[in-house]
Amino acid sequence: MAKIIVVTSGKGGVGKTTTSASIGTGLAQRGHKTVIIDFDVGLRNLDLIMGCERRVVYDFVNVINGESNLKQTLIKDKRVDNLYILPASQTRDKDALSQEGVEKVLDELSEDFDFIVCDSPAGIERGAQMALYFADMAIVVTNPEVSSVRDSDRILGILQSKSRKAEKGEVVEEKLLVTRYNPERVEEGEMLSVEDVKEILAIELLGVIPESEAVLKASNQGSPVILDDESNSGKAYSDAVGRLFGEEIEHRFLEIEKKGFFKRLMGA
Amino acid sequence: MSVSEVCFQLKGSNITSIVLELKNYPSSDFLNQLQNKVSQAPQLFADSAVVISLEKFSPDSAVDFHALISDCFEAGLHPMAFRAVADELLDAVKQTGLPALPGAARSASVQAPEEDNSVQDQTSAAVGDGEQVEMSLEATAEVSEQDLTASEPEAVKTIIETRVEIQEKLVHRPAKIIERPVRGGQQIYAEGCDLIVLAQVSEGAEVLADGNVHIYAPLRGRALAGVKGDSNARIFCQQLEAELVSIAGIFILSDELKDKAWKQTAHIQLKDERLEIAKINDK
Repeated sequence: MAKIIVVTSGKGGVGKTTTSASIGTGLAQRGHKTVIIDFDVGLRNLDLIMGCERRVVYDFVNVINGESNLKQTLIKDKRVDNLYILPASQTRDKDALSQEGVEKVLDELSEDFDFIVCDSPAGIERGAQMALYFADMAIVVTNPEVSSVRDSDRILGILQSKSRKAEKGEVVEEKLLVTRYNPERVEEGEMLSVEDVKEILAIELLGVIPESEAVLKASNQGSPVILDDESNSGKAYSDAVGRLFGEEIEHRFLEIEKKGFFKRLMGA
Repeated sequence: MSVSEVCFQLKGSNITSIVLELKNYPSSDFLNQLQNKVSQAPQLFADSAVVISLEKFSPDSAVDFHALISDCFEAGLHPMAFRAVADELLDAVKQTGLPALPGAARSASVQAPEEDNSVQDQTSAAVGDGEQVEMSLEATAEVSEQDLTASEPEAVKTIIETRVEIQEKLVHRPAKIIERPVRGGQQIYAEGCDLIVLAQVSEGAEVLADGNVHIYAPLRGRALAGVKGDSNARIFCQQLEAELVSIAGIFILSDELKDKAWKQTAHIQLKDERLEIAKINDK
């Protein structure tokens, strides 16, 4: 039985797809057979971030409608073993996702995979609810600003009331991932601190991803940022994946990087 | 236009009212005595609806109930029905247009003032019974009844006994207990009982109870106690950061809360139509 992880946020543009790509890749790097599903039907971009957009033939909606089978549709990643992508349809809308259809696909994937990562669309409507309905765990992606935190709170409420686990009286595991974190702007009071976000949402902190150009660069190159092990963002995602397996890793990149004497001398 | 809207709902309900037990009428002194009685507790009686009980009334001649009713109005009372009407008086009562309620069954609850102790015994016994607590309170507005009659001349032996009967059914209902955070957009309502929340109430969330609201965590959303009008309901929270707190419909917003027990353990109750916010353990 696979563990189903939904990456969700409520608010758009906070880094859900980036996180899905990196967490999924990180899980596969550790030897677990993983599939990342793009639930953002109509606005697909997981395939772009994973750099497999040219290899999309069939998509999630085709599988649901029985127009293709999983073997034909899943795209195997060329860089990391054990990693597969199930792309969204560009030409359909979110009504094409029926609960029975999604359940059938997830059940079939569950037999083969260890982890199923569901990349949720923004919002709290049908698409987002479908992505989180079957989840065992939710990674809530939040930017350190008030509106993003508020939306995350809202989605947590939906998660614990409208998911399959909630309907059975069980609890979906909740993990907080703060992205686009900039300690300098926190210092200046332009951003909420990790502590603020943790206090408002009151869920376990999985990781803090520092704001970095590496993320943008990785997206444009179609390579998940976790593969860029030189970058702080890549390292932070690796830490987060480690914590998913219960490893105790201290959170880093929370403080302003002190420029060394030499760097200051060079004016860098 | 397929479904026509429902215009009303018929419901059974208990109404607390003042009973005017008539003993002697007509009497030249009736209005005077009634006004006297009302003036002893003007707030209690102000514009009260009264039920006129004829249980202890047996006149020798025909009675003008219209005059009785207008006397009541003049004293500031509003008769709404007669009860325990003897057959021979039924016609006269019907002419007033007010309904004649049955009264015999209620005679069981008739209590002479000196039997006050037995009422207490009765209630404590009922409470001891456990789960289902049923209380029957009888508050007698027998304000200096003796003084009044003593000062009356012997000849005028009219005694108007006014009694407030409060029949309250207190059925114990267990509190609703919520152990997980109440998130933005969620609403929790504890109907007919207290609400206890063991986790935070987020901004944009709403918790309501007919009784008290207890929150053993930060309260950042809205909390409403006594939503059906119980002004004795209270709100307790471990960290007050609420958007709104309300008791029995009287509310205040966060702006006003900020200089009270903000971010502290707080206790909110209604006093003189105003919300009073106090820190808990603030000596």
